[in-house]
Amino acid sequence: MNLFWERLQNGIFKENPTFVLAIGMCPTLAVTSSATNGVGMGLAATAVLLGSNAVIGALRKVIPDEIRIPSFIVIIAGFVTLIQFFMQAWAPGLDTSLGIFIPLIVVNCIILGRAEAYASKNPVLPSLWDALGMGLGFTLALTLLGSIREILGAGSLFGFAVLPSFYEPALIMVLAPGAFLALGIVMGLINYRALRKKRKTLRIPSCGSDCSSCPSKKDHS
Amino acid sequence: MTLVAIFVGALLTNNIVLSKFLGICPFLGVSSKIKTALGMGFAVIFVMLLASLMTWLLYNLVLLPLGITYLYTLAFILVIAALVQFVEIVVRKYYPELYKALGIFLPLITTNCAVLGVAVINMNQGYSLVQSMVHTLGASLGFLLAILLMAGLRERISENPDVPKALQGLPISLITAALMSIAFLGFSGLV
Repeated sequence: MNLFWERLQNGIFKENPTFVLAIGMCPTLAVTSSATNGVGMGLAATAVLLGSNAVIGALRKVIPDEIRIPSFIVIIAGFVTLIQFFMQAWAPGLDTSLGIFIPLIVVNCIILGRAEAYASKNPVLPSLWDALGMGLGFTLALTLLGSIREILGAGSLFGFAVLPSFYEPALIMVLAPGAFLALGIVMGLINYRALRKKRKTLRIPSCGSDCSSCPSKKDHS
Repeated sequence: MTLVAIFVGALLTNNIVLSKFLGICPFLGVSSKIKTALGMGFAVIFVMLLASLMTWLLYNLVLLPLGITYLYTLAFILVIAALVQFVEIVVRKYYPELYKALGIFLPLITTNCAVLGVAVINMNQGYSLVQSMVHTLGASLGFLLAILLMAGLRERISENPDVPKALQGLPISLITAALMSIAFLGFSGLV
C-alpha cells in the first residue's frame, strides 16, 4: 500500500509529467480549450498508460532487450486503437473535439517514457500504480489548464456559466495563443513558488561553505 | 482545393506548430540556437516528406484494399519508426557529411508527433498523392519557419538579463510562442 501512495504522489507532484518533466506538450496545449476536453484527453491517456504498463510489466522478461522499443510501440498502439474505438462508440462528441490527438497518444512521450523507465523493470502491480499516478498527474494538469482557459476565454466551467454576464470573455484564451500563454504563466508561477520556498529554507539553516548542496538551475531544454 | 491553397494553408494559416500544436517538443527543446534549429528543421522536412509518401502508399495500396483501415495507427507508427532507422543507416553510410549535420536529430524525429500527425491529416482529408506531398511540404516548411523564428527570438532573450528568474527557461519561451501565435492568427482568412 505504501508503494501505491508513493507512486501516486510521484506522478501527481514530484514528477508531474506536465509541470515538472514538461513532456507530452502537444496534447497539453492542443486539447485544453475547455475543462471537459482536458479531462477527456487525460483519462484517455491514463487508460492507455494503465494498459501498456500492465502488459509491458508482465512481458518484461519475454521481450528481448534489442527490440524492446518497437515492441513497446506496438503494445501502446494496440491500446490506443482500442481507446479510439471505445470513444467513437461511447463518447462521439469528445472523439470529434479531440480529433487527431487520440491516434497521437501513440507518440506521447509520457507513455513510452513510463514503459521504458518503469514498467520494463518492475512487476505488474507497481507498474499499474505508476501508470495511475502518472495518468492522474497528467489528467489533473490538463483539467487545471482547461479550466483556466475556459473560465477566462468563455466565462464557463465544464460548460456551465460561472462568471457574471458583464464579464466579456477573452476569446484569445480559447484560441491557439491562449494555450501557450496559460501554460507559460502557470509554469512561471510554479517556479516562483519553488524559488521562494528555496530562499526560505536556505535562509534559516545556513548554506555551509560549499555551494554544491544547492540544487543547480534546472535546464528545460 | 487548389494546390496553392493547400500549400499556403499548411505553411501559414494552419501552421503546424503555432496553430495545430504538433511537434511542440522539438520546437521548445531544440530552439535555443539558430544553427541547431536549422538542422532540426531540415531533418523534419526530409523525414516528413518520405513518411507521407510511405504512409500514403501503405494506406491506399494495403490498408484500404484489405479493409483493415482501423489498424492505421499501428501501421503508420511502425512504418515511420522503421523509415527513420533506415534513413539513419543509409545517410550514415553514404552521406557522412549530411549525417554529421542531421544525425543527432534523426532518432528524435520518430517520437515527433508532427510526422505522424501530418500523415493522419493527409489520410483524414482524403488527399491524393500530389495533394498529400504538397500539404506535407507546406507543413514541414511551416515547422522550419516557426522553429527558426523561435530560435532567433530565444537567442536575443538569453542575452537579456531582465527576464524574471521564475520565468527563465521554458515559461518565457511559451509566452514568446504565444505572441508568435497571435502574429500568425493574422494569416487567418488568407486562404
